[in-house]
Order: sequence, then structure tokens, then C-alpha cells
Amino acid sequence: MLTLLIVLLLIGAAAAWLAEQRSASAPRLVALATLGLALLLLLPLLFNTANGALIAVQGDSWLLLERHAWIPRFGISWLLAMDGMSLLLVLLTLVLGLIAIAASWTEIGERQGFFYFNLLACLAGVVGVFTALDLLLFFVFWEVMLIPVYFLIGIWGHEERHYAALKFVIFTQASSLLMLISIIGLAYLHQQQHGSYSFDYFALLGSGSESPYSFWLMLGLFIALVVKLPAFPLHTWLADAHTQAPTAGSVILAGVLLKTGAYGLIRFLIPLFPDSLESFAAVGMTLGVIGIFYGALLAFAQYDLKRLVAYSSISHMGFILLGVYAWNALSLQGAVMQMLTHGFSAAALFMLAGAIQQRIHSRDMRQMGGFWKQAPRMAAIALFFAMASLGIPGLGNFIAEFLILIGSFQASVTATLLATFGLVGAAVYSLIMIQRVFQGPQQSSHTLADFDRREQGTMAVMMLALLLLGLYPQPALDLLQPVIAQLQALGQTSSSQLAGVMP
Amino acid sequence: MTIAMTSTITTTMTGSPPLAGNNLAAAPIDANGLFSLLPLLIISMLVVLQLLQISFRRDAELCYRLSLGGLVVAFASLFMLSDSLPQQVTPLLLIDPYALLFMGLILACAILLLPLSHDYWRRQRLQLDEFYLLYALSILGALVLVCSQHFASLVLGLELLALALVAMIGYPFSARYDFPLEAAIKYLLLSGVASATLLFGIALIYADLGSLAFIALGQALQHSLIETLALQKPLLLTGIMLVLAGICFKLSLVPFHLWTPDVYQGAPTPVTALLATVSTTAVAALLLRWYLASNGYAVPQLVWTLTLIAVASMLVGNLLALLQQDIKRLMAYSSTAHFGYLLVALLALSQSANPALAVEAVSYYLAAYLVSTLAVFAVIMQLSAEQHAGECHTLDHYRGLVWRRPLLALTLILALLSLAGIPLTVGFIGKFYIFSAAVAQQLWLLLLTVVIGSAIGLFYYLRWVLLLTLSDSIDAANGDPGTLDTHSIGTKTSLRWRSVRWRSGSTLALVCLALLTLLLGTLPTPLIDLIRTLAISIS
Repeated sequence: MLTLLIVLLLIGAAAAWLAEQRSASAPRLVALATLGLALLLLLPLLFNTANGALIAVQGDSWLLLERHAWIPRFGISWLLAMDGMSLLLVLLTLVLGLIAIAASWTEIGERQGFFYFNLLACLAGVVGVFTALDLLLFFVFWEVMLIPVYFLIGIWGHEERHYAALKFVIFTQASSLLMLISIIGLAYLHQQQHGSYSFDYFALLGSGSESPYSFWLMLGLFIALVVKLPAFPLHTWLADAHTQAPTAGSVILAGVLLKTGAYGLIRFLIPLFPDSLESFAAVGMTLGVIGIFYGALLAFAQYDLKRLVAYSSISHMGFILLGVYAWNALSLQGAVMQMLTHGFSAAALFMLAGAIQQRIHSRDMRQMGGFWKQAPRMAAIALFFAMASLGIPGLGNFIAEFLILIGSFQASVTATLLATFGLVGAAVYSLIMIQRVFQGPQQSSHTLADFDRREQGTMAVMMLALLLLGLYPQPALDLLQPVIAQLQALGQTSSSQLAGVMP
Repeated sequence: MTIAMTSTITTTMTGSPPLAGNNLAAAPIDANGLFSLLPLLIISMLVVLQLLQISFRRDAELCYRLSLGGLVVAFASLFMLSDSLPQQVTPLLLIDPYALLFMGLILACAILLLPLSHDYWRRQRLQLDEFYLLYALSILGALVLVCSQHFASLVLGLELLALALVAMIGYPFSARYDFPLEAAIKYLLLSGVASATLLFGIALIYADLGSLAFIALGQALQHSLIETLALQKPLLLTGIMLVLAGICFKLSLVPFHLWTPDVYQGAPTPVTALLATVSTTAVAALLLRWYLASNGYAVPQLVWTLTLIAVASMLVGNLLALLQQDIKRLMAYSSTAHFGYLLVALLALSQSANPALAVEAVSYYLAAYLVSTLAVFAVIMQLSAEQHAGECHTLDHYRGLVWRRPLLALTLILALLSLAGIPLTVGFIGKFYIFSAAVAQQLWLLLLTVVIGSAIGLFYYLRWVLLLTLSDSIDAANGDPGTLDTHSIGTKTSLRWRSVRWRSGSTLALVCLALLTLLLGTLPTPLIDLIRTLAISIS
């Protein structure tokens, strides 16, 4: 079933490329159909959860799980599994994939076949990342999803695209080699203790703490995940990549790819190295708080609209880092909710920036201003998402940040207090964006066409999703609850076991 | 020259060894031993046949068919051998499963490269009968190297390989090549110096031990290392270092890499491909055998030297490749870097109680490197063959290739991703092996260098990959008529699969290489199993 999902996306990717020979618009239809089909595949799962069709492995329950031998020499298996968290993130991925197609409907004029091939191939990789439970398989998907994004930025991007694409890929790939060392280090440890290599998530849980190189292995994994997040000192690729990418690329990058880093932290880093919660939590939370302020500050200082949204992402991701290292039920729920809601709000803002750029051929906010009169619908929608971004109650982002702050309050009062002040920064940069773009006197003679039906429809989907998550988040939280309970238990039992062993 | 070489090698192999003045019992060759030499004998026969054919009838097509047939038969004969191994044939050669594996790799590589070279010469309207003769001779040299367990056969194999290569680099003289003679002379002189160094080193070792067998060296090292922790025999140590220098020259490791870019650039592309694949693989296989058999990993000085060479090769190779505009120079520096990575796996042998993992890692990495590099050169060859003036050297020739020649470009993308070590290609599994071997020995410093080197490497590989996908129109604007197809006026955006000539042998070889790159990366288990059953015999 999960394999089918990934294979379906890959076949769709190849079909989209080949379909180009029929007609120029065929690829996007193929891509649309593929994603629709994939969503249909997942739909029954949403309702099945209530019936309790679960698979239990070592006390954890999974909605779906499949395992095949892949490279037996190293105990590497094709192990895919899905629980509530994976399900929500895969749904987010597929929906944002549809939105990315809608966003590039008119923007991408040439070589559509290859464009949609890359888009779908990237989504296949992301779905793999969100479902793989074999560490090496996770790594393979982690790397494979980057190459299509490299093409998306490098071919269809804006003026500095080559530089941005290379910077993106070198940052992420080089750091992921550190992750590879960590993963192999864990497998080698398993071989030392049990006689055979294993990259199996279940076999390796908590084992990281037993290694003499525990800290360094953890650091390798941490750096790779945090580059993708991105957190404060390793974020420099993000602004360039987001700014230069085509709209669909930005949507996928901000909406989905950043979430893989956060997902990795929650799913792999802490469960594999439970004792890092005690030794490293302070560092993680500090980096999170720095990210919140630093991102907000930089976002405020930008004149480039896309750059502003990009830096605001760093600020929002800081909250996730804070929530992960607080590691309690509330903060984790908040972190996952933040992944979902930021996925929608950032994607919408990038799509907005892309739409403006397509119309006036500039991202410079100094050339904008007074667009409210010309394009009232666009302006209202922008205001909606700006409000979402600054965390106004009633929308999903508020729920997420509120949960994170409550959760982290139990862990560190200082960090929480500081992070709360960070919310002020969010209000400042969101409002300054609205002010510069839509209000004030008109700066240029551009006439701005308002959103058409397609764009309104796409935006409506994201607005609806944010409203739903904001007003009635309970279904999503219910899906997450068992997962988070398990993860939390994992973090605690392993560290208490360790405490029992060590005098 | 070639005839003299051939006769020397045949007498050496069939008669009693004239050079082997050592204490190992020189048993006369028996039927089993002779049988296990089958692949070598078949290639030798091929050489003789080709000599006869060339003297009576000059026909490049016939020569090509003969070579291909001979290579295929030699490859098939490997399967017959597998039961009766290991077999020591004279003190010089040891045909064991490890040798079988590398003979297989080299012959497979030669079989794939041959149609590509033939297509290249044919489309440039060059009738080169002797190329095939020299080709077979160099393969023979490589095969001898792979089975040698004795310094005498090492020298024989190395010289056979190198002399044939010198001739091949300079001989297809045509106005279209930039500097073939310069490259040939450079290779001849530097290779000669390297051989002299090697021979001097061997002489010093012989002076100390009175034997030329690798095993004897291993025993001597073991004895002297039991007494003192470091090797205290200056004569022996100097000899080992000089031998190492000679081998490092062939692998173009830093600081012996200076010849590589010039020779790679100056030589005709088929010969560059041969140099980059068959020659280096054979020498690397030999290095591993020598290092293991002579207990080299127990000598701290040797380990430190190798570590320094590995670090320098990874950094210097990648840094110098960074801004190259010439494809062949880029591949030269990248090969330096790749053999730096390979040394990391070799060094993982050092303190290991069980060297199996490291041997596996070296073997898999070599196979991965062979496939990917051959694929890159196959594409360069196919493109260059169509050029009317000069070869496709500069990166600009590759702009927008995906839209003009989809098959070539996709193969090239796969191969470059493989060299960069991206998952789902064979190169990733190779890199994974190196990481595993190094982690098991906790060589953290070397691992860090591999990471830094790979990060630098990503830049030039991926820059090239991106160049392949750029839009066609820029190329047209540059006004380079040579690179545009005749029917380029059609739809610019869609791929032109129709331009692919599916039935030619070179296309077949290309598709094979692309599939191998992909398949061995996604389903590596068969090759891993093969390597585990064969290569482990050495450890």
C-alpha cells in the first residue's frame, strides 16, 4: 500500500514526462490525476483509524506497515510504516503538491514535462521520508528528494538560480553525509552488540545512548536535520533557495521539505538518542529561540517579498525546535500542528508572492504599494494569511504556537518567555508586509490583475484548512495523540532505564 | 616491440620462471595450472591472431570482430575456471577467486569499451587495425597484474599495460587531436620514471630479503615487527616506499598526479577511457593484494604515508577539479579524488582483525567507479565522434544536451550522480561501503575528509548536471553549429528520442552501462554476494 503510493507517484512522474509529446498541457493533467489518485488511496485510512485497524510492533501501533528484505548483507530492509503523524504529513504533502501544480499552471511555460516529472519525483521522495522506518531507506529518500528540487530551482528559477540551487544542494547533501556517518555508527554498534548490522528503527531505538561516541553521532544527525529545518547558524541556504525558486518550488520547499527536518527530529533523533534530551535540550531550545528572533528580525529588514516570507519561515521553525526539545505531550502536539499550519500559511504567502511577481515582474516591495485598490481580493487573502502567520486566534497557527508555548513552559520558563516576545516580531513583519505591498500610495504604474478563479480556489483550500485546524483541531490531535504518547514513553523509559543501569 | 613483449610474457608463463631467483619451490607447470591460465592464454592467442591478420589483410572491421570475439571467449572461460581455484601457476601468478573477480571486471569493461571505441574510430573515418592489437595487449597486462603475487609479474604486467598505452595515446595521429604526441611523450617519460622508481624499490627489497614474492615480504615484515613496534630496516622500508610511489603514480594519487590531466586531455577519448578504467582498476586490485599479502598494514610508516596520500588526494583532486572547463581534465582530477576515497577503505584494513569488510569495500567501490567512469567516457566518446572539428572537451558542448540527445544525456546524468554518490546509483553503495569500513575502524579524521571532499565534489558534478538541462536556445545563441542536430528546428521542448540509433553496438553498450549504474545502485545484493564469495578469498 505504501509502496504502491510511492510507485504511483514515480509512475506518474515518468508518465508526465512522456505525455509531453502528446501536447504541451498534458503533463500537468497527468500530474493532477496522479496526485488525485494518491489522495484517494489514502482516504480510506482516515476513517479506518476509528475502527482500530492497527498493526502492533513492539507495543507501538501503526496504521500500515510493510517490510521486505532489501540489502540483507547489512540488514537493510524496505520498511515502510505509517501512523497518525505520518498520515497527516503525507496528506499535507499531497495537498500541497496539488497546490503547487495550481500555482505553476500558467507560470511554467517551457519544458512542462520535465517540470512535472521533478515535482512528482520530489513528492515521491518526501512521502518516502515520512514513511520510511529503516534508517538507510530514510537516508536514501532524504537524499533523493533533493535532486528534483535542485532541478526545479536550477532550471525554472529566477535570475540567480544556479547559485541558489548549488548552494541549496551542497548545504543539504554535505550535512546529510554527516547523518550517514551517524546512521552507520548506530548500525555498527548494533553489529558489535548483536552480531549483525541493522538499520531497523525498532532494533535501534534508544541504542544511540549506549555508544561511546553517543554525542558525536547525535550531533551528526542533528546537524543534518537542522540544516533542513533550518535553525539559526545553518540557515543561509534557505533565503536564496526560496527566493530564486519558481512558485511551485517555493511552495514545496517551505510547505513540505522544511517539515522533513522537523519530522526527523521527532521521529528519529530523540527516540534514537533519548539521553540527548537531558544533555542537549538547552542547546536545542536556545537555537530555537535565537531562530525565532533572528528570523523575525531579518524578515522585517527585507525589501524582497519572497525573502521576507523565507525569513519568517526560519522564525516559525524556531518554535518547532523549541517544542521538540521541550518534549512533552503538549509541545509535541504543538510542533506537529505547527508543521501542518506553517505548511499551508507559508505556501499561501509564497504563492501570493509568486503571483505578484508574475504580474509586475518584481519582488521588490519598494516598487509595490497601494495594490489594495487594484486587487482587493488578493489583498484580502494576503491579509488573511498575514494574520495566520502572526498567530491570530481562530486560525491553526495560533493553536500550534499556543500549544508549543504551554508545553515548553513546563520545560523552561526563560525560553518560553523569550519565545512569547518573538510573537511580537511576527506581528511586526506580517503587518509591515501588508503595509508595504497593499497600502499606502501607489509606487509604480503597474496595473495589477486580481486573482482569477483558479487562484481563488487554491487559496480557498488553504484558508479552509487553516480555519479548520484553528477552530476544530480535535480530529488532528486525536490522530496524533497515540503517536505522541508512544514517543514520549520512548524518551522517558529509555532515559530511566539508562539511569537505572548507571549507578 | 610488441612482439618481443608477447614472446617474453608467453615464455614467462609457460616455461619455468627465468626471473624467479627465490626460495619458493618452482614446481613445473601441470595441466591444472595451465588450464587455470585459460583467460590469459586466450588473450595471448588473440594477440598472435591479430598480428597474423594485420600482416596479411588490413581490415579494421575484421580486427574489431576478432577482438570482440576473443574478449568474449576469455570472459566465458572465467566461468569454467571457478571450480578448480585457487591455483598457483609458477611462483609468479596466483589464480584465485579474487583474481577471477577482477579479471571478470576488467574483461567486462573491455568488452563494453570496445564497441564504443570502434564506433568512435569508424565515425571519424580512421582505419586503425593496430589499435585493437594494442588494446588486447593492454588487457593482457591488466590481467597479469590482477593475478600477480610476485614483483616480477608485477613489473611484467605493469610494463605490458603501460607500453601498449603509450603507443595507443600517440599513435592515432590526426589533425583533430590537440596534443596526442605531447601526451604520449609525457606519459612515456613519467611512466618510465615511475617504473624505474618501482624497479629500484624492488631491487632494495630483494637486496634485503633475497626474494621477490609478496608472501616473503609479508613474513619478513611480520618477524621484524614482532621485535620492535616500528620497522627498523631502512633498506626494506625505502624499498617499500619506492614501490608505493610507483603504484601511486599509476593511480594518479597526489603528489604523483601531475601527469594525469595533460595525458587525459591529450589522448584520444577511447584511450583516455581505457587509462581511467582498466589501467587504474588493475593497479588498484594489485595494490590491495600486495598490501594484504605483505602485511603492509602492520607497518606504521606505510600506514601514515598512505593516510597522508589519501587526505591529499581527496582534497587536492576535488579542489583542482572545481573550476575545470575541460571535461577530460575534470575527470582526471575526479579520478584522483576517487582513488583517495578508495585508499580510505584500504586503510580500514590497518588494525582490523577481520579484513573482510574492507576488502569488500575496496572491491565494490572499484566496480562502482568502473561502471560510472566508463559511462561518462562512453557519452563523451559518442558526442565527440559526431564532431567535425575537435573533440567535445569543454563544458559548453554539453549545454542543453538532454533536449538534443536524451539517451546520452540521461546516461551522463546517472553516471555523474553516481560519481557524486547520490543514492539509487551504484556510486552511493560504493560510498556507503567506504563509510561502513571506515566507521568500523573508527577512522574519524579520514571520514571527515571524505565528507569535505564529497561536498566539494558535488559542486562540479552537479554543475555539469545542471548544464545538461539548460535550454537549447542559449546554445543556438552562442552560434555553435557543430553541436546542433540537423532537425533541431522542431519542438524545442520535447525530448528527441528519434535521434537514438538503437541498433548500433555502441548504443547497446551505453544502455548497458546506464542500466548497470541504476540496477547495481538499487539492487546491489547480487554483486555484493558475488564479491563476498570471490573477493574474500584474499583475506
